[in-house]
Amino acid sequence: MRKKQYRLHQSDLSSLLENLRRRGYQPYGPQRRDHAIEWLPLDGIHQLPAGWTTTTAPATYRMQERSDQALFGYWTGPDSLKKLLHPPEACLLKAEYNGGVRFVRQAPAEVKRAFIGVRACDLAAVAALDRVLLSDRWVDDIYQANRNGALLIAVNCTSSAPTCFCASMGSGPRARSGYDIALTERVGDGSSEFLAEPGSEAGASILEELTALAAPAGWEKEAEESCQSAAAAQTRAVDASSAPAVIDRTFDHPRWDQTARRCLACGNCTSVCPTCFCVNIEERNALDLRSAERLRVWDSCFTQAFTYIHGGSIRTTPKSRYRQWLSHKLARWQEQFGMPGCTGCGRCIAWCPAGIDITEEMAALEASSGSTYPTGVSTHGN
Amino acid sequence: MSSEPTRPRIAVFKFASCDGCQLSLLDLEDDLLAIAGAVEIAYFPEASRRMLKGPYDIALVEGSITTHHDANLIQKVRRSARTLISIGACATSGGIQALRNFADSGEYVRMVYAKPDFISTLRMSTPIGEHVPVDFELRGCPIQKNHLVELITATLAGRKPAIPTSSVCLECKRRSNVCLMVAAGTPCLGPVTQAGCGALCPAYGRGCYGCFGPMESANAPSLAERFTILGAQPPEIERAFRTYNAWAWQFRKVSEEVRTS
Ligand code: SF4
Ligand code: SF4
Ligand code: SF4
Ligand code: SF4
Repeated sequence: MRKKQYRLHQSDLSSLLENLRRRGYQPYGPQRRDHAIEWLPLDGIHQLPAGWTTTTAPATYRMQERSDQALFGYWTGPDSLKKLLHPPEACLLKAEYNGGVRFVRQAPAEVKRAFIGVRACDLAAVAALDRVLLSDRWVDDIYQANRNGALLIAVNCTSSAPTCFCASMGSGPRARSGYDIALTERVGDGSSEFLAEPGSEAGASILEELTALAAPAGWEKEAEESCQSAAAAQTRAVDASSAPAVIDRTFDHPRWDQTARRCLACGNCTSVCPTCFCVNIEERNALDLRSAERLRVWDSCFTQAFTYIHGGSIRTTPKSRYRQWLSHKLARWQEQFGMPGCTGCGRCIAWCPAGIDITEEMAALEASSGSTYPTGVSTHGN
Repeated sequence: MSSEPTRPRIAVFKFASCDGCQLSLLDLEDDLLAIAGAVEIAYFPEASRRMLKGPYDIALVEGSITTHHDANLIQKVRRSARTLISIGACATSGGIQALRNFADSGEYVRMVYAKPDFISTLRMSTPIGEHVPVDFELRGCPIQKNHLVELITATLAGRKPAIPTSSVCLECKRRSNVCLMVAAGTPCLGPVTQAGCGALCPAYGRGCYGCFGPMESANAPSLAERFTILGAQPPEIERAFRTYNAWAWQFRKVSEEVRTS
């Protein structure tokens, strides 16, 4: 049986916020801050970026006014749910010395947050983080506490940004799974309506409480069609299925050197990437050696310290680090986790200050990967 | 006689500098008391008239070398110290006064001083590391207080100080700043500058000025190219790289090349 689909008016979103609060969730939503749209605690619907859109290109992101009052007429910004589910900094352990050593490790408490406006690519990113941080072999309890408390309200993309390539990665533009509720905005004259589909029991019960109105016949078909035309309009693409083979064949490709001349090894790409999970562990101690703490902070494979082992770093050059990033996202991740580490969200393209474009890099490797440079494991690859 | 173990002896020396870095030491407040308890501050003319002779366990050296007298003195300081730590942009790269290295310093002297004959100075302002081996360079203009505490704490605890050498951008993203270069087209030295300040300027809407000097793998030519795309002219790009760490080779080289390219 098909799930019931609902019709929500813009004003119902205020009731949605109330409903979420009653259930103990702190609502979060997209808001304008500085020069971008970011995830922030949402007090009211008036804080949503009505009438704003964003335009992106390599190394470029700009806010622009729309000709209508769409609430969700923008695309992914610099932050993602990673910031809230896998925070940039966390304390893992405290130790005190008072004659004997005492370790204090507080189990993280579940944080109930409802995210309104999650894009399909970012649902895929959460699924990727789930795969890595909640695997049966090892569970990250900080992520788990945040994740268990997260309610995900998706908004389908009925058009795409120039940097999007989710269609080729199979993660969007329409949310297919992993949400509690999925909305499709229908922008009207001055206000919007929404097709609302439940994706979980919690989502279904919220929608039942909100409205009795079923979506008109035809809305579902129209939603599907606009998402498909958004997909068709995407100009960037990566072929994830052939990527591992291409990357393996091109270890010594001159393209890596060319890109390394542009790459700043700044780590912006890994920071904005919604699936990059790497962290560093830092120890701090008080001067009198009576207390210490162990912190976890976001790290990046672009730093020299990332591969430091006794005696030095393994990846000494930006070339080897860029190669690591691209290989991990599109090849090694597939081998280890059975899914690509890239969702096609395009953030790393827009937020790279040097304008390096992962899709262009893959295309360049692919185009000449049958040619005549030496292949195999390199001893001078660094 | 006290039965306490001997505390490590610290000395603080100053060469050509503004004093800002030493003052961060005095600025430590509560931490300073803890430091004073953990170490013996044997020589710190800025803070105390008690000036004990070396040898010292740790010498903190502020300032750049700009005179013959200082060039000789730093050799003595090195010989007197087990561990020598240079602190601040002057000591680690030559400081803002290294701008003279790009010009005729004799001309400056003639312009500024009524009796230039009394001025005896080296043509260049150079970092401590160009004169003697340095055990650790603590960057910043000025240095960060918490770095100094971390450095002293780690040295005393016998562990590696947790002071990153990666980019300011990583700190910028951790604190959720929106990138100025990407979202506003503002030139920013963050991608080539060593972390440490917590991305202070970008948090207030200003591009990074490069106070902490070049990061571990600074690719200044690529950033200069981006500045050009953003509309900056060669003189502006030259000025961007020629501030507190102008003489650090990565910044120096790009500032020299930008006009000819
Ligand atoms: S690819 Fe771009 S964002 Fe990533 S490290 Fe290189 S310059 Fe920085
Ligand atoms: S690699 Fe780039 S496009 Fe892919 S998920 Fe990460 S930020 Fe998005
Ligand atoms: S690309 Fe780099 S930072 Fe991202 S998950 Fe892989 S190793 Fe970690
Ligand atoms: S504002 Fe500057 S420091 Fe921050 S991410 Fe952008 S380039 Fe890096």
